[in-house]
This record gives sequence, C-alpha cells and structure tokens, in this order.
Amino acid sequence: MTEMKKQGYFGPFGGMFIPEILRTTFDELIEHYQKARQDPSFWAEYESLMSSYSCRPTPITFAGNLTEYFKGAKIFIKREDLNHTGAHKANNVIGQGLLVKRMGKTRVIAETGAGQHGVATATMAAKFGLKCRIYMGAEDVERQRPNVFWMEKLGAEVVAVTDGTQTLKDAINEAFRDWATNMDDTHYVLGTASGPHPYPEMVSWFQSIIGKEARAQMLKNESKLPERVFACVGGGSNAMGIFSGFFDDKSVELVGVEAGGKGLETGQHSVRLTSSDARIGVGHGYKSYFLQDEDGQMRDTYSIAAGLDYVGVSPILAHLRDSGRVRFESAVDKEVIEALELTIKKEGIIPALESSHAFAGAFREVSGMKKDEIVLINMSGRGDKDIFTIAEAFQDKKWKEYIIQKGEKYHA
Amino acid sequence: MLEESIRQQRQSKPILLMTHLVLGFPSFEENMKAIDAMSDAGVELVELQIPFTEPVADGPVILKANSDSIKNGTKVKECFAFASEVAQKFPGIQFLLMTYYNIVFTNGQGDFISKAKKSGVKGFIIPDLPPEEGESWLKDCEDHRLENIFIFTPMNTSERLKAIASYAKGFVYCVGRRGVTGSKTSFDENIAKQISRYRSVTRLPLAVGFGVREKADVEFLRDKADIAVIGSKLIDLQINEGTSAIRDFLRTLR
Repeated sequence: MTEMKKQGYFGPFGGMFIPEILRTTFDELIEHYQKARQDPSFWAEYESLMSSYSCRPTPITFAGNLTEYFKGAKIFIKREDLNHTGAHKANNVIGQGLLVKRMGKTRVIAETGAGQHGVATATMAAKFGLKCRIYMGAEDVERQRPNVFWMEKLGAEVVAVTDGTQTLKDAINEAFRDWATNMDDTHYVLGTASGPHPYPEMVSWFQSIIGKEARAQMLKNESKLPERVFACVGGGSNAMGIFSGFFDDKSVELVGVEAGGKGLETGQHSVRLTSSDARIGVGHGYKSYFLQDEDGQMRDTYSIAAGLDYVGVSPILAHLRDSGRVRFESAVDKEVIEALELTIKKEGIIPALESSHAFAGAFREVSGMKKDEIVLINMSGRGDKDIFTIAEAFQDKKWKEYIIQKGEKYHA
Repeated sequence: MLEESIRQQRQSKPILLMTHLVLGFPSFEENMKAIDAMSDAGVELVELQIPFTEPVADGPVILKANSDSIKNGTKVKECFAFASEVAQKFPGIQFLLMTYYNIVFTNGQGDFISKAKKSGVKGFIIPDLPPEEGESWLKDCEDHRLENIFIFTPMNTSERLKAIASYAKGFVYCVGRRGVTGSKTSFDENIAKQISRYRSVTRLPLAVGFGVREKADVEFLRDKADIAVIGSKLIDLQINEGTSAIRDFLRTLR
C-alpha cells in the first residue's frame, strides 16, 4: 500500500476529512500557503498592505476608567475594531487575498453568519478585482440586511442558503459544494481557524499579527507582559490571533470566552469546550469538539452574537484546552450586554457583541487581581456598525419607534 | 466478498445497477417499497444512506432528503434495524451503508462496525473519509471482513489514483465529473477518457455515478464500467411520481 500520511493534526484534533473531489485543490492550497510562509516577502507585503489599507498596527488602549471602576488589575484593550471593515476578519481575508493572487485564481467564495466575514471578503474582492459570491443562511440574510446591503454594494452576489437550519453551518457546506464544482478559478476564503487543514493553521497565521503586535506593544508601553489575556471564541480566529503572541510566555494566562447564550442549562448556547452538550466529532472537514446529539447529528446553536453562534471550534483551541494551555469560560447574554453597556459608558468604546464576551469574562475576574497586574482584552470588532443587532439586544424603545416610523414611511 | 460476486454477476450481465436511498426519507415504509421495486427490477447493489445534518458531498435533492429524514426523527439505531431487515428479505441484493464519518465516529467506530456486520451489509461508502484519515477504520473493516469503498474523481492526479487504488477493495466508486451529487452529467468522450484513466490503475470493478439519469447514460457505460449508480434521479422520481415510478424506470434501464 502507498503510504498516505495524515496532515494538520494538533494532538487528536484537526485533519482533512474532505471529499476526494477537492483533494487536488487542497494540495495546491497547502503548497502555496507553505511557500508563502517561507517567503519573507509575502509577510512583508501583507504587513505593508495592512498598514496602508487597514490601520495596522492597531493600538492598545489603557482603559483607565474601567480599571478604576473594578479596583483591580489594569485593563488594556487590543483594538482590532480599528481594522478596515471593523473587525479582525480583515487580517484573514487580506492574507488569503494575497494568496489568491499568487495562485492566479479569479473568483472567491465565502460563508458568513452575521455577515462580518462576508463584508470583509467582498471588500477584499473589490480591492483585488475578484469575482465574489457569499453564502449566507436564509435566516441570517433576513436578520442581517445591513451587511447584505454592503456585500451587494461591494459587488458580491449573496446567496441565501435554505438548507438545514439555514444558518452558518449550512452556508459552510454550500460553499464547499460550490468549490467542489468551481475549483479551477475559485478559492474558498474560509473565515475562521476551523475547517480542514490548512485553514486552522493558515488563518491562525494571518491572525497572529494581532498577538505579535500586542506582545511588543505591552513590553514597549508597560515594560511587562499581561498576567491574563482574554478573547471571545466562536470559530476561534481572533483568540488564536492574540493568544499565539503569548504561547511561549508561560507566565501569561490565556482565557477563551465562549457564548453561554441563555445559559448552559437551557441548551440554547454555543459552548463547545466547557459543556457536556459537546463531544468530539468530525464536521466541516475537521475533528474537534462539536455540539451534537448522541447519534452524531449537529445541534442548533444559539448566541446573541451571531459571530459566536457555531457548532464547532478550532481544532487548535480544542488541543490547547486539553493540554491546559488555554482556560475556557463562557458568558451568558445578560452579562455580555451589561459588559457592553459598561464599556460604552466608561470608555467611550463600543465593542461588538462577540467581543463583549471577552470583556464580560475579564470583568468577572479583574477585581480579584492585584493592582500591578495587567489584563489584556482582545476587542475583536466594533459594535457601532451593528446598530440593528445591538439596539435590539438593548431592547431600546426609541430605536424601535424610529424603525416603525421609518417602515411606515417606506410603506406609504 | 463484493469483488468476487460482482465479477460473477458480470459474466451474465453487461452492466450492474447500484441504487441509492436515504433511510427514513420519506419514511422507512416507503424505503421498503422502494427496495422492493429495486429488487423487482433486478438491481444488484443498494446504498443505504444514514442521514447526516452536514452532507457536504451531496447536491440539493439528497441534501433535502437527509434533512427531512432527520426532521422526521430518524435514528441511527433504526437505520441498522432496517438494514438487517432488508438484508434478510432481499438476499439477491448486496447492501452498502453510505454515510458521513461523524455518524461512524460518534456512534463509536467499533460499535458501528459490529452492528453493520450483524445487519448483513457488505461494506461502506464514506465520502468524507479519505485513506489518510481511515487507518483505524480500514483495520476495523478488515477485521470484520467488510469493505470500505473508495472514490476516484476526475480531479485526482494519476499518482493519487494509484495511491487510492492501493487501499481499494470490493470496487471503486468513480465520480464522472466535478461537483456534488444530482446534477446532469454529459456522458461523452471526456467521461470515457476518465474511465479508462481509472481502469489503468486498478483491476477492481468500477462503479460510475453522479448524474446517471437515463437509459442512454447506462448504455454509454456498458463495456466501460461494471456498475452504473443511480442516486438522486430515484429520489426525484419518488418525490414527484411515487415509489411505483421507481420500478418502471429501473426496468427500462437495461
């Protein structure tokens, strides 16, 4: 028998559980990715483009008022919200865009849940002159009209996926199906550090720019590393991005915060790494923890933050959980909204609902820490552009009146 | 074993038929009627697909059948019970289980394979389990004398085809074109070329599927392949014209 080696494992997690039709396409992608990784000019081009197109390096902001409020460790915020398109997603799509250019492909496809990754991909496609199609669960298309509007304005075709639960996981499957037909000219810009090899590793590499900057910035500004780093965890890309800067610093505790939704006991959550509703399985081409039933059918997940509402989680994070290098917590919707409100009031900073999970996780612990200690929170995205979602999360009465009024005007 | 029985049947038949259905769609009762029809039409092999929420290699028709079946409450346990029943009732048909790897993995690989063995199925088609990821599974298959069917695709390099062939047993499932299950394939010189490329790397019987929808397609495959696979077309028929249409359609194929 010809020896066929498995690739892309992190402990028992990861791998490439892909239909055979996509094998050659994946082999090509792996080859180009590895070449890019070994080529210093690729990263230099990436950093240069990110600085002129996406405001990198993003700053670290000292949250003085929050620090005073909690009377514990000093709170610092890594400002991924200041990226172009408003979130860390830009790091990944621009990186993959440069790779697409090297591969000579002319069309990109992507999945999107809330629409952030879709908007980021459509933006990249516009800049690089690529054809673009975004797969989005029909339910999400309904809920996220503003993002759909921008994707279409940016020249992308948005396809509403009506299969299965009509959400992110179904959009991922549909993107793979498109790719299985159109691989010759098409690259699939997967949005997170999950999926088959090389995506977990490759997306984490592009996102590692967050952690590299953050570590250097902490040393430069504070002359020390943080004691704890917090990041929210959906698929896992922003967490991998910031954590990877500190993997070798054993003194730095890394904390991932998952979406507790309406509470673990309700079953309506997206907690893969610290809940008994999840078990190891294989989905979307990789092995990791998945929210699934005892038969192996994937469950419906829930989060107030669409970007965290996903059945699986990065195989690299699953491994880091089992090895103990990263501690995982979860935050429920209610405390997430409280953390968001507090951050807006105290700092004039509006985190996305996703990022607010990291804030909630940090706020829980920060009072119990010493005053000379430091907590670093990765603010993966900004919330102000998701005004519809956040206004609804706040159940804002005046906003509702405004929308009704606006609706009546359009209706007339 | 599969290979021998396929060879034997091929001595008297120019081409064999393999059909497919999604268990629990539209119901196990209808599945039973469909298999009855397949048996009447002389079908030699049947793929029983255990539904999965994420059928990434399947096109819209089979995809919808998967999700409808799960919505109906289909459980893996019932699928095994059904497989046992039909394997006993239709000894002239060789049954294979088709599903995605998570169903095997989450139900416990060892458990899954002993249940499969007990049910009387002959092997498996698991489209998201390439040889690289299948080491322990292939060992289990060997221990239970069951066969895992591998897949050739037009995108594979010759080197890759040879490597897959070195793992293949029973027969090889050959995909005629890019894409997922269901949509139309034009059976032309291109496909013929692909099949001869597949033929050059293995002596195992070849089954050709993805887009076989009419008599002309099956005729085209005579002398080129050993088995024609009919999948989505039958589900289309069942939805639009009922189970009896399956019998009539299959009878016209050869």
